[in-house]
Amino acid sequence: MSAKIIEKKLIRPPDVFYYKVSAPLISKKARPGQFVIIRLNEKGERIPLSLADINPEEGTISLIVMAIGKTTSEMATMKAGDEILDLCGPLGQPTHIEKTGKVVLVGGGFGVAPLYPIAKAFKAAGNEVVTVMGARSRDLLVYEKEMNAVCDRVVVTTDDGSRGIKGPVTAALEQELSKGGADLVMAVGPAIMMKFVCRTTEPFKVKTIVSLNTIMIDGTGMCGGCRVRVGGETKFACADGPDFDGHLVDWDMLLGRQKMYVAQEKESFEAWKKRHAHAVSEGE
Amino acid sequence: MEEKKKPKIIPAKTPVPEQAPLARRSNFKEVSLGYTKELALEEASRCFGCKNRPCVGGCPVGVPIPEFIAFLKAGEFQKAINKIKETNLLPAVCGRVCPQENQCEKFCTLAKKHEAVAIGRLERFAADWERENGKGGTPPLPPPTGKKVAVVGSGPAGLTCAYDLAKQGHKVFIFEALHAPGGVLFYGIPEFRLPKDIVRREIESLRKMGVEIVTNAVIGKLITVDELLDDYDAVFISTGAGLPKFMNIEGENLNGVYSANEFLTRVNLMRAYQFPEYDTPIRVGERVAVVGGGNVAMDAARNALRLGAREVTLVYRRSEVELPARKEEVHHAREEGVRFELCVNPARIIGGNGWVEAIECVRMDLCEADESGRRSPKPITGSEFQIPVDTVIMAIGTGANPLVPQNTKGLALTKRGYIAADEETGKTSREGIYAGGDIVTGSATVISAMGAGRRAARAIHKYLSGEK
Repeated sequence: MSAKIIEKKLIRPPDVFYYKVSAPLISKKARPGQFVIIRLNEKGERIPLSLADINPEEGTISLIVMAIGKTTSEMATMKAGDEILDLCGPLGQPTHIEKTGKVVLVGGGFGVAPLYPIAKAFKAAGNEVVTVMGARSRDLLVYEKEMNAVCDRVVVTTDDGSRGIKGPVTAALEQELSKGGADLVMAVGPAIMMKFVCRTTEPFKVKTIVSLNTIMIDGTGMCGGCRVRVGGETKFACADGPDFDGHLVDWDMLLGRQKMYVAQEKESFEAWKKRHAHAVSEGE
Repeated sequence: MEEKKKPKIIPAKTPVPEQAPLARRSNFKEVSLGYTKELALEEASRCFGCKNRPCVGGCPVGVPIPEFIAFLKAGEFQKAINKIKETNLLPAVCGRVCPQENQCEKFCTLAKKHEAVAIGRLERFAADWERENGKGGTPPLPPPTGKKVAVVGSGPAGLTCAYDLAKQGHKVFIFEALHAPGGVLFYGIPEFRLPKDIVRREIESLRKMGVEIVTNAVIGKLITVDELLDDYDAVFISTGAGLPKFMNIEGENLNGVYSANEFLTRVNLMRAYQFPEYDTPIRVGERVAVVGGGNVAMDAARNALRLGAREVTLVYRRSEVELPARKEEVHHAREEGVRFELCVNPARIIGGNGWVEAIECVRMDLCEADESGRRSPKPITGSEFQIPVDTVIMAIGTGANPLVPQNTKGLALTKRGYIAADEETGKTSREGIYAGGDIVTGSATVISAMGAGRRAARAIHKYLSGEK
């Protein structure tokens, strides 16, 4: 099944795009925390993407994608009306949503986007939801308005202090936890950020859920390429996850496995840039 | 006039032309080139056309073997392939990948004293001949029955079940989780053994019969089996045994360690051997160890050579006689230069900076045969040794993928998580739900999965016709 892009916009110049994609069946089944796998064309790779919104009424899902490598940059050249050749999902286990009290969500960079449906769900379940979101500087923040609309409170941090509190998200999180504690923390974003979020929450003994974005192919548990160590056991992020107890994740292994194809990813991206130089510079 | 005289016995199979080992280990083209017309006629002449047809009994889908060979002898190639297609939807596939030596050819009358008739090669010849010369027609279809069947998984079991049901006039929808149909025929078996173009064409003939194939549809996630039952009169589950096993030894999660499933999927389905023209990468390095002794291990080892590995070592814990792979595959792997370390088991994988550097193995002593008839291996203390490698591929089998069983209420499972289904009918514990292939038996062969698909189709047809 292919899927049509209904709407596309640049939400953070120059490289973070919002795509609304027609996916009637997926939108009915998808729950916050799940993901899809896309393949753009016949020669394309399969990449997992988190769901930034699910809209069953209009039969769409939303994806926030940063053009950072070959496939994501190629996707950035697509327009509303274009078809994504393959869209497969919903995959993975949904985030476990229940009423626990106060939930602190932590997002870094454009990783805030997949927290949006999760925040809505925690709120709807009757929780107090606080989001701590950070970026290097104010221009790089995404989804601040959206998160404000669904959370009780949003704490913004920037490394350079151009907006909100100056410093990393972990410092603001630590403050939040020392002030008012939390019953649950959930972090989504770069692996290195999630690792340090877990390190921050550990002394507070707050359960911390992380959503792991590993290398995947099929997304159904068939290849094992996404395997992670959690609590001394090997798990498949695609089928057992993507959510895991962050205090049990072997972060060094996870970070190491993400480097598996760095050289090839670069080679592929460079070759593509040469072929499509004009498309990249035009951006939108 | 029929020939009265007994045919002359020709003791050995007509050899089949192959790419030379040194040439083929650096390309992905098919190893066996197949019989020419002349060679096929020569080989067909070896068949006695025995009245008791022992070979047919050895075929899980009951291909009318002596009959199709008789047509070949007479040069009636179209009739020969039509005959095969009466019971086998995938002759070009089966002619290439069936373990004929354990099936039809094992029971060949000639095989008692000599080499069996090369039934597989003849089947392949007939199928290839049709692709190049024939009409490639589809069997005549009866009027639609108005019944709808959902088939989950498009591997050999699902395709065969769909074919047989479509032939009865039922409307069949196949749901496939990946973006390309074919299951293991597509993602698992390498190009050099089974060109993907052939798989595509054989599946195309199914589409021509009106079978719909829905790709990117993960049943259990996108649609549950119970939801399928709302829209369809019956469901056949053939999702395969797709969960890769690991050994749970130290170092298995280092970069450079692949499951055979991942390695083969990257190469076959995603065409990583054409990187960067195709996006999906693969890393092989100079030296590769493959753990396991089955066909999948041979496929992985031979793929590794073709991807440029200088040295490929296959590590298997039992001896040559216990190797589960087909003899032909073992022979081909050896010819191409795969090194065999037999009676050897990995103890741990050693890495540096997160990457594989070596595999440490221990030599095994084979004890008396256990009740399974296989000698169980015991490690010899102090026999540890290391093989320096860049890549390790684990080809030690697969388990049941829990996706469908987990999401289907009340479906009885076996202890190992496979779907409990009647061997003869594929009936499960739930009415209207049938299952067959590797998701019932655990990893087996293409043809046995096809057999299961056929038997289930028969039972489903009865069920839909209201027979009990």
